[in-house]
Amino acid sequence: MSTNRITVDPVTRIEGHLRIDCDIKDGKVVDAWSSGQMWRGIETILRGRDPRDAWLYTQRICGVCTTVHAIVSLRAVENALDLEIPLNAQLIRNLIMASHGIHDHIVHFYHLSALDWVDVPSALKADPKATEKLAQSISNWPNNNAQHFANVQERVKKFINSGQLGIFSHGYWGHKAMILPPEANLMATAHYLEALDYQRRSNQITAVLGAKTPHVQNLAVGGVANAINPDNQSALNMERLAYVKTLMDELGGFVREVYLPDVTAIAALYADWLPYGQGVTNYLSAPDFPRDGKGTEFGMPGGYIPNADLSQFHEITHFGDPYFEKNVKESIKHSWYQGDWTRTPYEEETEPEYTDFNENGAYSWVKAPTFLDQPAQVGPLANVLAGVAAGHEPTKRYLKMAMDRIGAITGSEVPLSVLHSTLGRHAARCVRTQVLYDMMQENYDALIANIASGDYTSFNKPVFPKGEQMGFGFHEAPRGILSHWIVIEDGKIKNYQAVVPSTWNAGPRNQDDARGPYEASLIDNPVLEEDRPLEVLRTVHSFDPCLACAVHLHDNERQTVVRVNTA
Amino acid sequence: MKTTGEWLEKEIGPRISDQLDIGGIDRRSFIKFAASMTVAMGLPVGMSGRVMAAIEEESARPAVIWLHFQECTGCTESLLRSTHPTLETLILDMVSLDYSETLLAGAGHQAEAALHESMERNDGRFILVVEGSVPTADNGNFCKVAGQTPQQMLHKIAPHAVAAIAIGSCASWGGVQSAAPNPTGAVGLAKALEIEGITKTDGSALPVINLPGCPASPYNFLSTVLYYLTLKQLPALDAKGRPQFAYGRLIHENCERRPHYDAGRFAQEYGDEGHRKGYCLYKLGCKGPETFANCPAIEFGDVGGNTWPVGIGHPCFGCSEQGVGFHKALHEQADVTSVTPPSMFPGIFAEHGGGISAGSAALAGAVAGGATVYALGAYDKLRRAEKAEATEASQQD
Repeated sequence: MSTNRITVDPVTRIEGHLRIDCDIKDGKVVDAWSSGQMWRGIETILRGRDPRDAWLYTQRICGVCTTVHAIVSLRAVENALDLEIPLNAQLIRNLIMASHGIHDHIVHFYHLSALDWVDVPSALKADPKATEKLAQSISNWPNNNAQHFANVQERVKKFINSGQLGIFSHGYWGHKAMILPPEANLMATAHYLEALDYQRRSNQITAVLGAKTPHVQNLAVGGVANAINPDNQSALNMERLAYVKTLMDELGGFVREVYLPDVTAIAALYADWLPYGQGVTNYLSAPDFPRDGKGTEFGMPGGYIPNADLSQFHEITHFGDPYFEKNVKESIKHSWYQGDWTRTPYEEETEPEYTDFNENGAYSWVKAPTFLDQPAQVGPLANVLAGVAAGHEPTKRYLKMAMDRIGAITGSEVPLSVLHSTLGRHAARCVRTQVLYDMMQENYDALIANIASGDYTSFNKPVFPKGEQMGFGFHEAPRGILSHWIVIEDGKIKNYQAVVPSTWNAGPRNQDDARGPYEASLIDNPVLEEDRPLEVLRTVHSFDPCLACAVHLHDNERQTVVRVNTA
Repeated sequence: MKTTGEWLEKEIGPRISDQLDIGGIDRRSFIKFAASMTVAMGLPVGMSGRVMAAIEEESARPAVIWLHFQECTGCTESLLRSTHPTLETLILDMVSLDYSETLLAGAGHQAEAALHESMERNDGRFILVVEGSVPTADNGNFCKVAGQTPQQMLHKIAPHAVAAIAIGSCASWGGVQSAAPNPTGAVGLAKALEIEGITKTDGSALPVINLPGCPASPYNFLSTVLYYLTLKQLPALDAKGRPQFAYGRLIHENCERRPHYDAGRFAQEYGDEGHRKGYCLYKLGCKGPETFANCPAIEFGDVGGNTWPVGIGHPCFGCSEQGVGFHKALHEQADVTSVTPPSMFPGIFAEHGGGISAGSAALAGAVAGGATVYALGAYDKLRRAEKAEATEASQQD
């Protein structure tokens, strides 16, 4: 059988503009290319500006991963200045990281990737009573009852009968790879709608502390701009803090009783998919949720695991750890920038040079980062594996809970090795969400205790000396390790680079032509219907891409694009 | 340019009678129903076609085609946060969101098919929403969707829309990526249409409503859509194409901290006594005096308690205002056109050792001498000196 080229552009249900090309032979992917399709030049814009303003610009790198590019930018500047921040400021930042992360993971599972696994129209065939039985067998969630499922079914029916399917038109309904029973589809559809409600509550926590979301505006180099004063109505006071606590409590039920049961049930029902999507098994993550103002002790561990070998785990121990700083490089051999170099981010220049898609040359706006000269996979899976390797108790506890749940449905014990897969990334993201919820509680309690001790400080004023300073910050963002690198000269930004999770994962081939994680994970992925490459989306979505795309078919033999009309 | 009333006469949304077989009513029954309604209303039988069209217009949800150009998806994300109405109410009950890269179930060719099908079905009637700016440098190659630049997509799609909404600062005026040196030549939607000479198919201008903000408040978007659906007209716009209900006043004119400004009570630094007492943030560089937006009126996240930047203690940085947001430095003092504060108030938070040249550092030293220097105008000189340097630097670029 001949090799066919599939181009998916745009890839939807992601942030941004992403194009994926795959060569398909005998129903399997044999090669793949990942191409970022947008460049905005924010790093260029930052040159010459006040380092105290950088976070306002960098946060706009992404509105889905809002907050993260702001927080890491502050860390980079503070690292360059060797500036410690007040404990209150660290705890408020941590709370925002947790509430944003939980929202982001919920939205990713239900609204950005569930439609790869859940056949919405099939939900109309479900028996609400049987759905209740299924749902109650895996969770105590009060809305898992026949009446609620019947209401949702009625709403979906009305919507489909309107003839205007909106975002649900041209979904992969009835695809051969969609195998859930109607009852599971109805349960998941009901939770798709409920998840919209609960992610909002998580966002409300971000809003109370961050002033708005997306794009919080409560931060400052040196701390936070929140004024803390229990005796004032225009400051963070007990009413505001009580609101945060109430929202946290409401959110907890959904995280524990809906998200975890749903992910593990879908993973178990799709157990045939557990072998697919491994790809690059060098894992890199950052420690995060600092417990002090300096970043020397963390609530969640991070570090590097080569070749999936947890015994080789090397922990990253503090802000400014040279083990991280020395070993990150980026290559532009296959990217649309002038030159061909592999450099530390401090020394990079990004001068664009667009040459169209050339699979043997440059084919992406994304650069190819490496750690110890190797590609690395980043994201919740890397984070969870680091937790296991470091003996982090909450991670181990929730991971065991998830694996036991999957095992209970499949009827056999599930080995940890299944985590190196498409479904493993979803399971790990869900486990990480459980840990994030613990982190939110821990940091809330710590903030209350610190304010109760009489400490209202929230800001240490930065001082910019003459001459040059260099610094970097890292952050374990929802999509993985994020780092910003800054060179400051005479109080102005001289160079600024961001090495982003989706750069690690979506990067093109590197200086040695080794595939990036998206590309590698697609190899051997099944594709049952070439004109509807649902399985390619499953694997790409499992990384939670932060770019955007579309699908055309190329015929390699004739080197022409064949558009397959599936309308 | 046509007035709003003229273009609104066109029907919106797909014809419901084309879909009645799905709902269990066939087209013949529908025509009979429309005819009997016509008679019941005492109209000539020949009018039944008009009545049928009116019924259809009432029932169908208007189609929305949402394009993402140079953007961060923050504006789409902001809709995920809205509670009145919610995103699910918007897309299940109010409009038919036929194309959105963020939410569409299908990808690649399936996504393209959804776009083309909706355009065909709703020719001249769909609402176009654009999120993100258009890169004008290098032929728009800095952003491609399905191999097409934003310009190519606009040529294909925009002429067939009934009106366009530019959501967020990027689509309104270029946003963050249009900050100097604007490496990609990013411009807003209205400007891009002008450069490309894109009009509606009949040659009239495509109405563009700008909803700046980074991101746009979800309520400014939802209220615009609801205004159109309920009042059957476009909201009143200001000279920059922004709805007056949202951008009609300066933040400064509607800020709960305004009494502190008028009384001369300012926070000088985050965490100082004034800051903890909720004083005015003008001296920290607040851009409320030159930014038009309704943030203090509607806040963010529906959680009450002054939940907006100034409300929690951070200066407004003018994200919605062209020439302010991503243009002026955060701690640079705003231009106040409405009221000028007394000049004896102490300095702002802008200066820090490293960034100042020898000349201005000497002035800064003099400033440290005390408030009397300010009264003598040295402070203004310092600001002028810094501005001159900045201008010089930008000319060298």
